[in-house]
Order: sequence, then structure tokens, then C-alpha cells
Amino acid sequence: MATTTTSRPGRTLIILGVVLVLLFGIMAIAKSWEPKLGLDLRGGTTITLTAKSLAGGGDVTAEQLTEAKNIISQRVNGAGIGEAEIATSGSDHITVAVPGANQDSLVDQVGQTALLYFRAVYDAQAGAPVPTAPPSATPTGKPSTTPKPSTPPKPSTTLKPSTSATPNGRAWSSVLGAATPTPTPAKASTPVPSAPVPSTPAATPPAPPVNNGDPLNYQPDAATQAAFAAYTCDKPAPKDEPGKPLVSCSKDKSTKYLLGPAILKGTELSDATAGIPQGGLGWQVDLKFTGEGGEKFLNATTAISKKPAGANLFAIVLDGVAISTPSVTQPIPGGQAQITGSFTESEARDLANVLKYGALPVSFDISEVATISPQLGGDQLSAGITAGLIGLGLVIIFSFLYYRGLGLVVVLSLLAAAALTYACVVLLGKTMGFTLTLSGIAGLIVAIGITADSFVIYFERLRDEVREGRSLRSSVETGWARAKHTIIAADSISLLAALVLYILAVGSVKGFAFTLGLTTLIDLVIVFVFTKPLVTLLARTDFFGHGHKLSGLDPEHLGVERLPGQMRPADRPAAKSTRKPVGGEV
Amino acid sequence: MSKLGTIGARLHRGEISYDFIGKRKIWFAVSIALVVISLGALFARGLALGIEFKGGVEYQTSSVKITDDTIADVSSAVKATNAKDLGDPVVTTIGGEKIRVQTKPLDQADIARVTDAIAKELNVPTAQVSTSQIGASWGSQIANKAILALIVFLVLVFGVIWIYFREPKASAAAIIALVHDVFITVGIYALIGFDVTPATVIGVLTILGYSLYDTVVVFDKVRENTRGITGSNRYTYSDATNLAVNQTIVRSINTTLIALMPVGSILVVGTVVLGTGPLKDLSLALFVGIAVGAYSSIFIAPALLAQFKEREPGMQALRRRVLAKRAASTSKAKAGTPVAAGAVVGGGSATDVSRLQDKPKSSGATAGTPTASSRPVRPTSGAGRPQPSRKPRSKRGK
Repeated sequence: MATTTTSRPGRTLIILGVVLVLLFGIMAIAKSWEPKLGLDLRGGTTITLTAKSLAGGGDVTAEQLTEAKNIISQRVNGAGIGEAEIATSGSDHITVAVPGANQDSLVDQVGQTALLYFRAVYDAQAGAPVPTAPPSATPTGKPSTTPKPSTPPKPSTTLKPSTSATPNGRAWSSVLGAATPTPTPAKASTPVPSAPVPSTPAATPPAPPVNNGDPLNYQPDAATQAAFAAYTCDKPAPKDEPGKPLVSCSKDKSTKYLLGPAILKGTELSDATAGIPQGGLGWQVDLKFTGEGGEKFLNATTAISKKPAGANLFAIVLDGVAISTPSVTQPIPGGQAQITGSFTESEARDLANVLKYGALPVSFDISEVATISPQLGGDQLSAGITAGLIGLGLVIIFSFLYYRGLGLVVVLSLLAAAALTYACVVLLGKTMGFTLTLSGIAGLIVAIGITADSFVIYFERLRDEVREGRSLRSSVETGWARAKHTIIAADSISLLAALVLYILAVGSVKGFAFTLGLTTLIDLVIVFVFTKPLVTLLARTDFFGHGHKLSGLDPEHLGVERLPGQMRPADRPAAKSTRKPVGGEV
Repeated sequence: MSKLGTIGARLHRGEISYDFIGKRKIWFAVSIALVVISLGALFARGLALGIEFKGGVEYQTSSVKITDDTIADVSSAVKATNAKDLGDPVVTTIGGEKIRVQTKPLDQADIARVTDAIAKELNVPTAQVSTSQIGASWGSQIANKAILALIVFLVLVFGVIWIYFREPKASAAAIIALVHDVFITVGIYALIGFDVTPATVIGVLTILGYSLYDTVVVFDKVRENTRGITGSNRYTYSDATNLAVNQTIVRSINTTLIALMPVGSILVVGTVVLGTGPLKDLSLALFVGIAVGAYSSIFIAPALLAQFKEREPGMQALRRRVLAKRAASTSKAKAGTPVAAGAVVGGGSATDVSRLQDKPKSSGATAGTPTASSRPVRPTSGAGRPQPSRKPRSKRGK
């Protein structure tokens, strides 16, 4: 009668076995037998940064955080550090994990605030040293009211229009459209261009290389020119100081630029969006400036637009990298601008994100820098493993002492759970980059107890049922029917705790919460597909089913006079016990 | 051990029982006292916050030969670096061959110099000195997130338990017991002066899940025992709850012991082998918390539940009926010595008590009131078939 609900325990066990074999087979194919260890177990530096918005209330958005992470990735890769892992964590943390000890300079480098600047381009060359092309500054024949300030005094106008004049054909353009070809008629903007423009010709013709503080009047001196000529893009990115000229490379490192001092700061941007304009075909990026930023932008575009095509580039520089260098052909008033050109959607979005980030740059607090020596890492790993083995041993000893033969079930179940957990940790490390940290190991060890507790709940329930007068084999089923609800409820609470911890907590808590949650899930799986079927099978054996003294199910142990459905052990004919322990006797 | 098993069986039958619920006032008083002491200690002494909460730099190196002068030597070597805002470095030895130095927050360059100085003084390679540099706000960030996690968790758990037991009172009892556990654990930290580090915070948060695990197991049995209880007048809600606690106490003790074993081994290994660090801090908090959690899920949570439930009019009516009947039966039978929990009324038969939720029993000394009629007949188990009824021993063949 009991067999009606014991839905083929053997088959369930085989399925679990197959799954395990599959998992280990994948491990064998991937040739990864060991979990990915965290830096606190193998030595290395972990930097935890807390991002804070410079403007605004200090909260950062997810976009800003991702952009900040990208910037830090570039810095770390630029510093030539291999194997570094940069990840966002929670709502405002970025962790940088670098194997190997002592990365003092890295901490400084990584923690800097990345700022966005707009700079005028004075020269552009291929990133690798190439023979300079003939200057081909072709005047656009613009009806200019003032003499072009920048082109005549330039000592080496090595602009190559072919490669760099308007990279990808990008250009700044006014939102107000083609209706404003000349800025002068515009009412609001009339006073503005007049201010810088007269000053420019006054300053430049007599002493061209003198930099009088106004970035619009900047002219590179000889030293800067030399530095620019010597620079190649495979060198680390230079320090981006807004007041000074900058030698910078494009993102793909194909072109190097000589840039003037910063004209506009990213914070003078108020918004940037990528989109396709109504009636337009291609992607473009729309920018809005703050009031002051809009004026500066108008001044700058007025000045730059007077340069010849090819030299009229206005670069967007983030963290020392020239993100984009659109050309300017006309002054752009109104505090709004567009960057147009042959954008793909992702290019446009990337650029908009960079600009948005520039508008609200993020500063970093160095929250924690942990440098673990490989030796301490090794010590911690071995301590974790030792603690795990001792804990496991104690649980097994206790199970055998208290539950006797059923201790075997505990051991086998724990082994199955351990195998499943190990495979999951290894494979998650391979596929999702999950790293096992010290607190993760602690979570695994704590989980031994939680897993074994499920068995305790079942076994105690089983014994209760026998005490209530059921036969052993029916107790296995009725006890399970009740125990499984308790186990599910209790495990759900554990899982909930792990989930809340994982989502909300920071730092090493995550590793702990992850392994705890993972093992709670595995515990549920094992109890259902391994422990229960195994007990069902064992209950059919003579040893357990007849309540052998060592089985943990003997009458005395259970506190009943005898197991229902069978004779007292003493009365039982010793030799031929063909009787099956069938429940439900009369 | 087999004796223990027998005790389990006798507890199950209600032959021996401790009146957890009847004596709840004593245990509530004990708990209130503990919580008050904890809060007092927390406010009076505060927590010994680790460097993670104050900000600073910690250097640690192992495999060092430690002599009597080591601490003074290292201290002066660190001071000799003249790092800016160095303050007084705190040098401690851990175990037989580890040195830990703590300084105030320093520049990156100074950290490197102090690291070099320590390495040179102790004659170890620089790479063997582990450093940990913590910003001043890191600890408060962790603490804030922990408090947020705590609140979110409590709200969610309240909902989950409510849904599972279909009883907000169970949620309330469980949560009060849980908060009680956290207070006492924190109080023990304040009293003894254990270092509080982020790992401790993880530990305390994990207690949440664990303490509830036990409570849920006990409540599950309470629910089973009290199912359809108002249809009978043999047990009050408190009686049934008390029986549940007694029936699950072996389970509670076993699950607690088994949970404590791995945690204890982390604690011992973490302390002996590593001396200090996240393993020790985490496991200490867990160890204390799990122990307190076991206490609360046996003595406090079910008692609270009974206290809440006994206020319901239905349960009060039940209590009056049960007491009236007991009074009547004692005067009639003049024998029965009414103890609180089961085993009493049924007059001997072990199965009476444990089956009180299973099906109405018609036999026994309690006959007279038609208890069976008001109780719905339900399938008794997941097997979905009627269970064999057990005949009195005298009628059973040997």
C-alpha cells in the first residue's frame, strides 16, 4: 500500500546521478576543476570605491555608475594591469580586483574623478608616427568679418583632412537648424561674439605663441609641439589638466590630437540625448548647455568655425581621451547643439552617455583597499577548508551517534549536496565569473548545518509517525508529506534572508549571501530528489525496515514497544524473515 | 543516546513535559531582563567597533619571529617613517607568529612607506605584508545597508509567515522573537567587548534567517496541533502549543546542535589558525545568535503566539469550556492530576495526545461529549487514504 506514493525512488536517484555526471562532464570538458578563488584567498588587491555625484545630492544613477566603471576599466587597462576585474556592486560601489600585491599607484589612479572637457583641436596626426602630410588648410571662403586668428601663426599645420578633418564625418550643428547661417543677426547672441572676437586678432598677430589665459586664444608653444610630435598613442594616457594643453588620443588610438586648454567643462552641460530627429535619417546626439555653458559654447564655436575646414575641430575629452572631435562650421547659439554624422545607434548612445556622465561627474571615495599577501590568502583558504572538514566531521559523528543507521543517509546526502555545490561553484565561476571568497567559504560551511537540519526535521517527523502507530514504510511517506512543508517553509525563510542580503548588502557580504542562498536551494533539491528516495529505498531493506538495533529505527530507540506491522524482535523467527514490513495491520 | 531517543518518545507522547507556556511569564521576564541588560550595555559601554568603522590602515604579516621587543621595535620603526597624521600606531601580536599594526588613514605613498618599514623591521618581503585600508565612511555605509536589509527582511518575513501560517499573530510572535535575538546578540557583544567588524554585521544578519528557521519548525507543529482545536474542548490553545514545543524540542535541540557544529569549527579554526579576521568575527556572531535563537524559538516565540491567540474570543471560550470540563472530570473521577499539557485527560493511551489533530477519538475516559461531530473529517495524511486505526492494546493480538 505504501508503494502508491513512493513514485519510483530509484528513478529519481538515477536522474540525480545523471545530472551530477553531466555537471562534472561539463567541468571535464571545460577543464576547470577548481573554483575561481577570490583575492582574499590567493593574494591581491581589492579596491572598493564609493561613487558620489559631484553635483546633486550625492546619489548616482545606474548609468553614471556604469559609465564610471567603464572609465575605471580604461584607466586600469591603460596602466597595463592584466587580469584586473572591475565590477559595479550595489547602487554606488565599484570594486577593482587586481591579483598580485602592492599596487599603490593604482589606488591613486583609480580613485580620481573623471572630468569631461571641451577643447579646441590644434593639430591631429596619426597615432603612430607618420610622415607629416602637406598642410592643406583650404579656406572655406567664409565671409569672415575678422581675420582668422589661428591659421596664419600656426607653425606646423599638419592637419590631414583625409584622416582627421571630420572624423566619421561628425559635425557640430545648431539645433536652430540651417536658418542661422550667420550668427550676427541673432538678437540674443549679438553681444556675445563681439566680445572675444575683437580680442583675438589683437592678441595673436603680434606674439602668436603667447598664451594669455583665454583658452580661445591659446597657441601651442614649441615645447608642446615637440611633446606632441614625440607622443604615440601606445603610451599611457597623459594627465588631464584643464588649464593646460593636452596631447590626447582618440578612443581607438588611431589619431593623436594636440588640444588647447579646456574651454568648457562637462558640468556646463545640462543634458545629452541620443536619438533620430523627426524627419531625419541617422542617429545624432543632442546637447543642452547651462546658461553660462551656452555662452561659452557660442564663443568657442564662433572662434573655431573661423578656422579652415579640417582645423575647425572641437573635441570632447573625457579622462584624457578624445571621445569625439566633431567639426564646427558655424557659431552655435542658443545653448543647444547637435552632433551629427554617420552614427550607429550604439555610437550615438555611447557618446550621449559620456556627455551625460560629464554633466554629472562622479567622484570616488576610496572605501576599502585590502591587499592580501599570497601567504595570508593561502592561510585563509586552508583555514576555511579545515574548518569545513571539521564541521562536516562533527555533523557526521553526531548523526551516527544519534540516528545510527540513518546517519548513513545524512552522510550520503551531504556528499551529494557537496558534489552538487562544488560543481555549481566551479561552473558559476566559469560562466558568470563567480569568485569564491573567504566569506563565501564561511557561507558554505554554515550551510552544512542548514542542510543537515532538513534531514533532522524529516527523521524526527518519521519517528513521530512511527510513534503514532504507523508502520515504518507508511511513516516514510506520511512523515515526508508533513516534513516537506516544514522544510520548504524553513528553507524559504533562509533563502529570503540570503536574497535580501545579496541585493542590499555591500562588500564581502555578497559572497556569503550568494553561497548561503545557493546551498539552501541545493539543500531543497537534495532533500527532495535524494534523501527522501533514499530513505524510501532503505525502508524496504531488512536492516532498516525491520528496525535493526543499529538502524536508528529500532523500537527501543523510537520509544515504542515494537514496530507496528511486525513481531517483536525477540519473537521474530530469526532465520527466515521473509515477511515484509507491511504497514496497516489489523 | 538511546535514552535520549526514549526521552524524545516520551516527550512526544506528553508523558514528560515542561510547561513552557504556563511558565511563560517567568521566561518573558528573563527575556525582558536580558534585553534591558543588552540595551543598557549597548548605551553604557557601546560596541568595540573595529577599524573598519573608524577608518584607518591595518597591516598584517605572518611567519614572523616574535620576541619581547618586537612590538616596541615595530612601533618605533613605523613612527620613524614620519608619515603625515600617523598618530600612535597600534601594534599587536596575534598567535605566535603574526603581527598586526593599525594606523590612522594615510596617503598611498605613506602606506607604502609604512609597509616597507614594517617589512624591513620584521625581515620579511614587502609582498608578505597584507594591508587593509578603510575609508572613514565605509563602516557606516555597511551599517546603514545592514539596517536597511534588516528592515526589508523583517517586512518580507512578516508577509511570508503570514501567508504560510495564515495568521498574522504568528508573524508578530516570530518577529518579536527575532528582534529579541538580535538585541541580545548585540548586547553580548557590548558586554564582552568583542570587536565589531563588517563580518560581524553579516553574522548578525544571518542569524535572522537561522533564528526563524527554528521558529518556523515549532510553529508548524503548533499549527498541526491546533488545527480544528475549537471543535473540541479537550485542550486550550496554550495546551496544544505547549505540547507542540515539547514534541519539537528534540528536533530544535538537534537542529541547533547540528547548526552550531560547523559554526563552532569555523570559530575555533578561525581563532586558532588565523587569530583574527572575518572568519572569527562572522562565526562568533553566528554562534551567539544561533544559541540565542534556539532559546527564543523554544521559550519565547511559541509563548508569545499562545499569548496572542488566547486573546481571541473563540480561544477564550474554548479555555472556559476546557477548564469547566476538567473541573467536572476531576470531581467525578477524583483521580486525574491535571498537569497542563496532554497525557492527562486521555488517561493513559499514548496515542490520544499525539493524535489530537488526526481524528476524533471515541474511546477513552473523555467520552460523553460528542466531540467528534463538530470536527470535519479530513484525510489524515499525504498518502490520501484512510489510516489504520489502532485498537486498544487489550484487543490486539500479541
